[in-house]
Amino acid sequence: MQSYTLLRARGTDAAIRHARSAPSSYIAGGTDLLQLMKVNVETPSRLVDIASLDLRGIAADNAGLHLGALATMADVAASEQVRSGWPAISEALLLSASPQVRNMGTMAGNLLQRTRCNYFRDTGFACNKRLPGSGCPAIAGENRDLAVFGGSGACIATHPSDLPVALMALGAVVHIRSVEEQTRDVALADFYRLPGATPHVETLLQPGDLIVGLTVPPSNAARKSRYVKVRDRTSFAFALVSAAVALEVREGVVHDARVALGGVAPMPWRLPAVEAALRGKRADDDLWRQAASLAAEGAHPASENAFKITLVQRTVLHALHLVAA
Amino acid sequence: MPDSLMTRRTVLGTAAAAGLAAGSSAARAGNAPVPPSEATVGQTRMIVNGQPIALDLDPRTTLLDALRDHAGLTGTKKGCDMGACGACTVHLDGRRVVSCLVLAARCDGHAITTIEGLASGDTLHPMQAAFLEHDGFQCGYCTPGQIMSAVALVNEGHAGSDAEIREWMSGNICRCGAYPNIVEAVRTAAASEKG
Repeated sequence: MQSYTLLRARGTDAAIRHARSAPSSYIAGGTDLLQLMKVNVETPSRLVDIASLDLRGIAADNAGLHLGALATMADVAASEQVRSGWPAISEALLLSASPQVRNMGTMAGNLLQRTRCNYFRDTGFACNKRLPGSGCPAIAGENRDLAVFGGSGACIATHPSDLPVALMALGAVVHIRSVEEQTRDVALADFYRLPGATPHVETLLQPGDLIVGLTVPPSNAARKSRYVKVRDRTSFAFALVSAAVALEVREGVVHDARVALGGVAPMPWRLPAVEAALRGKRADDDLWRQAASLAAEGAHPASENAFKITLVQRTVLHALHLVAA
Repeated sequence: MPDSLMTRRTVLGTAAAAGLAAGSSAARAGNAPVPPSEATVGQTRMIVNGQPIALDLDPRTTLLDALRDHAGLTGTKKGCDMGACGACTVHLDGRRVVSCLVLAARCDGHAITTIEGLASGDTLHPMQAAFLEHDGFQCGYCTPGQIMSAVALVNEGHAGSDAEIREWMSGNICRCGAYPNIVEAVRTAAASEKG
């Protein structure tokens, strides 16, 4: 690991000033950052410790669910307010990582977890995300776990986290602070960047920007939301495919529908065509089958991951059945 | 990676002496002033198994390495060093964490419990006794982490069924495959604590 200066920030503005004045990383839970630093994929000269900032709140009101950036995965998953109003968020978190890591990992950190693409995490290989312009060995190499949506000729890495998939389906907003501005609000749908020719740019965050929290609007669909995760082993594994589904059914007709996928794209992948196929239709098994059959439209599998096409359809179907049950 | 191994050994070699010195000065830890700057300089003061200790650490030192190589507490094991195996599980302010992904300098002012802190004198913690009774290990390398996780699991209220125990122990890998006996041990210890 390269050496660095560790600064303990006393306040949000101080943290941002520290982070802007040198190649820095904020450190919160540290569960992903330390892994990346140990293998020299991340080499900040300065770590700004934000653990003491007052950003751990979990609260709900008429405007929705408010999650502090530093609320832990474990605390949010266990919150009764989250479980009753936004169950897909709790489920996504409980299916993430391990109990130990969930005690450490935070909301903002989980949004910013880096891809688990093995080429990205091994400095012995080229990687356009780690070293822009060096090439992508995954496209003609080991790509079983990688993207079938949203990739480019430069990168087909997937976003590994579960939480943002649920947040994407439920329309979350990210609150970001920088020094010269007040807090600005960005829809999670606008927060991530697809790789295109610049896969090293993953979000709209600028140097020094600090995520301070999230808001998830309340809805009848959110109260009936579920998260389904398919992985190679029963627990403590990243998703091959996951699906967050939220439905509101009134008098047997689908009034509101939100569907997003994880494990298949560089960002949480919303499925507007599936949602459109569900809205206004009679809620029954035929509708679930018909809608789920559209879930892989537009997919471009790589050499080893065409199995995800069928898996996406089946995972969405399973999630629809769970929500409708 | 022979180069990085060499570096690490060199670091550990010099750190062992510092660790001994720090251990002997543990009694002074409570009186050290808080540095005025926000940079983390000077000693890291922690309460480990109820005892205050102060260590001089490189900011890169993980809690795992601080415990093993500086505080002389080698019960906590290093497996993957990447948060995947759970062998290094300890309790940080009462919550289980993987100490390989915790920077020791960030633990200043915090309380840590390791496997060495569970027993009361010669009397084993009920979870330690249950692992012995039910043969919850073979080689034993993962066992301190398994037991630290299991103690936390019971405190969290996740010992409701064998399936729940398995899920909430999933952060601890046992390559000998002692899982059935581990589940038995956790179930038994949890039941005895209730009774």
